[in-house]
Amino acid sequence: MNLNIYLGMLRQAENTLAESFRQVAEGHGAEPDVHFLCRTLAAQCDRHGELLHPVVQRYGDNSSDNEPERLHAQGLATTRNGPVGLLRDLQDLYLLASLVDVTWTMVKQAGSALRDKDLLAVVDQCDAETATQLRWLQTRMKQAAPQALVAAR
Amino acid sequence: MVDRIANIWGTRTPYSRDGLWPVRVDQVLDDGIAEGDVDRWVQSACVLCSNGCACDIAVKDGAMVGIRGRAQDLVNHGRLGPKGLFASRQGVSHKDRLRSPLVRENGQLVECDWDTAMRRIVDRSRDLLAERGPLSHGFYTSGQLFLEEYYALAVIGKAGIGTPHMDGNTRLCTATAAAAMKESFGADGQPGSYTDIDSCDALFLFGHNMAETQTVLWSRVLDRIAGPDRPRIVCVDPRNTEVARHADVHLAIRPGTNLALMHALVREVLAQGWEDAGYVRDHTVGLDGLRKAVEPWTAEAAAAVCGVPAADIRDAARIFGTSDRIVSTVLQGFYQSSQATAASCQVNNLHLLRGMLGAPGRGVLQMNGQPTAQNNRECGADGDLPGFRNWENPDHIQELAGLWNVDPMTIPHWAPPTHAMQIFRYAEQGSIDFLWISATNPAVSMPELPRIRDILAKPDLFLVVQDLYLTETAQYADVVLPAAGWGEKTGTFTNVNRIVHLSDKAVDPPGEARSDLDIFLDYARRMEFTTLNGGPLLDWTGPEDAFEAWKSCSRGRPCDYTGITYDRLRGGSGIPWPCNEDNPNGTDRLYGDGVFPTDPDYCESYGHDLLTGATVGAQAFRAQDAGGRALFKTAPFHPPHEEPDEDYPLRYTTGRTAYHFHTRTKTGRSRPLTDAAPRAWVEVAREDADRLGISEGDLVRVTSRRGRIEVPARVSGIAPGTVFAPFHYGYWDTGGRPGVHPTAANELTLTEWDPVSKQPLFKNAAVTVEKIGDATGPAPAPTTTASRPTAAPGTTPVPATAGGDGAQATETTDTEPAPRFPDASKNALDGGRP
Repeated sequence: MNLNIYLGMLRQAENTLAESFRQVAEGHGAEPDVHFLCRTLAAQCDRHGELLHPVVQRYGDNSSDNEPERLHAQGLATTRNGPVGLLRDLQDLYLLASLVDVTWTMVKQAGSALRDKDLLAVVDQCDAETATQLRWLQTRMKQAAPQALVAAR
Repeated sequence: MVDRIANIWGTRTPYSRDGLWPVRVDQVLDDGIAEGDVDRWVQSACVLCSNGCACDIAVKDGAMVGIRGRAQDLVNHGRLGPKGLFASRQGVSHKDRLRSPLVRENGQLVECDWDTAMRRIVDRSRDLLAERGPLSHGFYTSGQLFLEEYYALAVIGKAGIGTPHMDGNTRLCTATAAAAMKESFGADGQPGSYTDIDSCDALFLFGHNMAETQTVLWSRVLDRIAGPDRPRIVCVDPRNTEVARHADVHLAIRPGTNLALMHALVREVLAQGWEDAGYVRDHTVGLDGLRKAVEPWTAEAAAAVCGVPAADIRDAARIFGTSDRIVSTVLQGFYQSSQATAASCQVNNLHLLRGMLGAPGRGVLQMNGQPTAQNNRECGADGDLPGFRNWENPDHIQELAGLWNVDPMTIPHWAPPTHAMQIFRYAEQGSIDFLWISATNPAVSMPELPRIRDILAKPDLFLVVQDLYLTETAQYADVVLPAAGWGEKTGTFTNVNRIVHLSDKAVDPPGEARSDLDIFLDYARRMEFTTLNGGPLLDWTGPEDAFEAWKSCSRGRPCDYTGITYDRLRGGSGIPWPCNEDNPNGTDRLYGDGVFPTDPDYCESYGHDLLTGATVGAQAFRAQDAGGRALFKTAPFHPPHEEPDEDYPLRYTTGRTAYHFHTRTKTGRSRPLTDAAPRAWVEVAREDADRLGISEGDLVRVTSRRGRIEVPARVSGIAPGTVFAPFHYGYWDTGGRPGVHPTAANELTLTEWDPVSKQPLFKNAAVTVEKIGDATGPAPAPTTTASRPTAAPGTTPVPATAGGDGAQATETTDTEPAPRFPDASKNALDGGRP
């Protein structure tokens, strides 16, 4: 059984996303909606980690899998400045959230094959929230993009 | 004669359930003017709150000399409030009025002619459009212009320039009303009617100090309360308002906790099985999600968060769950607080659960703050598209393009229209260089004023301000345009329960002042905006042309005006939209058939996630298959982002007093109103005052992370731990700038907004209060309102607020039968559906 590999990836990805949301919240304090919502969404990611905990206890969390990391998604170490910087930071969050989203989907596939109702209940709650995070990021980026890319100095 | 400063709501005319609210005609004439002296009476409606009281203006020798309520009108049955009586004409007939355009020369504003002023605007506008495109332009308008003016501005912005950066101060007052209705019902449109007050058994006021914000509507409630079968009243408000004094249940919850309370009310209704299962099944979608979201919110859980007894929450829920006819009203206590849209949607949800919509005495009134806010929402000079069209629906964009005969690509619809706070952010960042502000005063009314002043003062921001007076905002302008005011121009506007009134021109504006419509049309002409045929985009010559154009735009939409003409509005009552072939006499209340505008091809919005504001999108909205059913929507409760702590231990909230409107540009020019509430104050609870060593009238400093105010303290009945400041007191009459003792409540508020409605938060911040000077007398706060003092034992009582000789009005009752829908409108037609 290799589900533990994906549970490890998922926990890592949620953690990276949470830290990155916090980074963007602090780096873009002058955009209050981004600031406050990123903090709220970081807390959501933390909660996902907590909900995953009992699942990980059952299946284990193997971070020493023998598939080497080819794509490095290490999160945002710092944030950028200005309107284009905001857009790119949100876009980075979007990529990280997409990784979380698709990883949840794979975990759901495994949970379905295992007929693990508890795991599926966790997936249901968390993946719906991740989907909303993605929609919010896209909503906010679509709003920001024309001004940042066309009118900003 | 009645002193209408001392007696805000006038004399009682009690009536019983399902009766007609008796007529009482309120009238004031200038000193020395008798009725026989009046040359003519000109029909209008009051613009000093959202109630929309119909009135006639007395004119003598070309001047406005008096006002009286219109007995035949469905809104007010003849009454007027203190602001209408004492500030409607006094607020515009003042020596301070701007009489000539001003332009900035060498740092100073100097008088000039219209051609010079307009040329300067047009030159800058053209240069910027050529250099940097439409996204360099922003327009920030009002909730106080006329329908025709908003529609002109909307067409200029959306089809002429093509900028998404258009909003109004309606964002500050009514954006959440619109947002909550779009989320729950699929489109804007007030479900209820004022006539529901006449028939209800229970009245819930959610964050709505109706007694001060809509005094005439509150008179209607008081007359029911004085009648033989009064409705039960539930009040949600941290202050001891007049509403609270009459309430059966007063929930004085902590600011920022509305959604927790609402979750508990919904949960209790569901737990007790008080919902109307048939109505829910046939007319709603999403009950399971709602049930799950409120499940943790027992009355005890909410009580702990909100700071009120669980038993009171249960009592309120029982009244909601068991009354036969319920009206709810919602206003700024919800709209300007945390999770505004989610909390306001829960009010809609309560009504949907019990099927309390669309029948006499059963309705929701998602209120407005301003007289013409509704028209801004309809016409799209704010963050909406004209006619409640959906910016995400390409067919709706195509309709507008066809109507205006422009390329659909011109109409910005790639993202939601930019909300006011974001417009100011873009101006702060320098990507909006041209900002045209009409009939509003953000230098006093927006949150976090130190920041707003910095933005307005930016040297590279070209600022046009169009107003009656040289407001705090106008002082930053590059060009100031003198506008005609109420009574000096003709146009229509629509109140909070969809009733359309005509306001005819009574007198000429002062000096060279021009109507806002004429100014906008002049700009459009000079900019040479054209249709695809090369003709002028706006070929209107006056307000009636604009109204006729608007009617075409509204055709087939929820706000259908096609059955209304200027002629039909003259002589009788105002008419509630939709008024069209199906409803020739208008429509008293919506959704009597339980069919909601959630058809995906028709709806105004596909909706949002209420926690984040993420758009749902067309595909996911269609998948819900609502098809005419309403939507239960909610979000998890989240505590306010700024909570009291060691450094800032008190909660801060702001609001209105009955005697002033907005930044006092009009009411501050009325002697009776200014005498009643002359200067700023802050309200502190007795417990907090005692702890902090503060007595009535002491000068205190209130500080937040953004700034400070220094004003006298009123020790009042506000909930302990919370302080309140009225937001009216800027600096136009005290030297123009904050000075040594700043007074504007928004020095302290924070820059944050609701994720869905984008309405800024004015009702929650953390502050500290300290005494900095001894009292020289009582605080300059009225004693007749929520700011009434709580006297300390053994102290001299504060003298009662009264108006004296200058505040007398006549009240005439029993002159004629009360108006009734639909007969009250002129040329009422047979066959109309009520």
